[in-house]
Amino acid sequence: MIPGFLPALFGHFLVFSLLSIGGAITVAPDMHRVLVGEMAVLTDAQFNASIAIAQAAPGPNILFVALMGYQAAGLLGAAATLGGILLPATTLALAVSRWGHARQDWLAVRAFKSGMAPIVIGLLVATGWILTAQTPGWTHVLLTIVTAVLAWRTRLHVLVMIAVGGVLGALGFV
Amino acid sequence: MPESPDAPVVGDPSATPHGIDGSTPTRPRPESLRELFLTFNWLALQGFGGVIAVTQRALCEQKRWLTREEFVDALAIGQVLPGPNVVNVALMIGDRFFGWRGAFTAMAGMLVVPLVLVLALTALYDHYSTVPAIAGALRGMGAVSAGLIVGTALKLATALRGNPMGVGACAALLGLTFGAIALLRWPLPWVLLALGSMACTFAWRRLAAAGA
Repeated sequence: MIPGFLPALFGHFLVFSLLSIGGAITVAPDMHRVLVGEMAVLTDAQFNASIAIAQAAPGPNILFVALMGYQAAGLLGAAATLGGILLPATTLALAVSRWGHARQDWLAVRAFKSGMAPIVIGLLVATGWILTAQTPGWTHVLLTIVTAVLAWRTRLHVLVMIAVGGVLGALGFV
Repeated sequence: MPESPDAPVVGDPSATPHGIDGSTPTRPRPESLRELFLTFNWLALQGFGGVIAVTQRALCEQKRWLTREEFVDALAIGQVLPGPNVVNVALMIGDRFFGWRGAFTAMAGMLVVPLVLVLALTALYDHYSTVPAIAGALRGMGAVSAGLIVGTALKLATALRGNPMGVGACAALLGLTFGAIALLRWPLPWVLLALGSMACTFAWRRLAAAGA
């Protein structure tokens, strides 16, 4: 490994962190440019696998960032990328959350919360739609709709629904 | 939106119109950092394909640490700021109960064990990702996790009933956001800026007119 590689990796991810409005996945194209292009520490296949594994595995999808660092430079690489993506964003989130909470009676703060609420909920529906629409075919869209209704109206356990989806998929129904 | 049959009494919008902390004195809360860590750890481990849905379910319905309104509030801040939304939400909730130690504990709870798991799975992935049954199972699980997110949105929509903009304006904003992001695929920062500033201005006027 080239000396100064880890700090450079950390530095890149500090910047990605501040650009990642809507989640780290939104700066994936930039990560690709740096890791696969400029630095050439990952192959295309490794890059795509990082995203796919983090999405399939339990846990927040942000962990794909750690997988990229891990494949590029082992555990220290994972620490550099995950630490870099978390540090600025979490500090900012904490500061803003405290600021807003201390002023929750302010008109501006209440207007922000009320105004953003329907947009945030619309974004969740959009996220679900994009996740299911990226696969061709219709059976998985049906499965998504049935799951949405069950999650909305029943207390059926999340893991039961995930398991049923996995079995249906493994048997080739979706 | 119709009320969900399993809506918690504590989360009743009429009880806490603006989701102000402490307005319900008997509100459950985490008893220790340990409970905070274990809760976030357990919910993260159930979150295949994303953690938002299980976080809402665990925190608002099972633990009842926050109302749906408060969850939407936290998500709104998480959404307009950079960084992973759900980690930002964990951070804010942990901070609310135990200060920065709580913030760190909630975040660690959500990340540490799944991180170890994901690193271990990397080795397996190379071998098994091309097996048709495994690829199919992942596809099926993906469709279910998409449905869980939509289901969460439907549940959270009940939080809009007390919104000062009114149900009609909320439905319009929700639909416009969906259309811009999911159908037109416009970049999120611009959509947030355009629709968000419009909505916040409108909400401001309504709140000011109500003399609140």
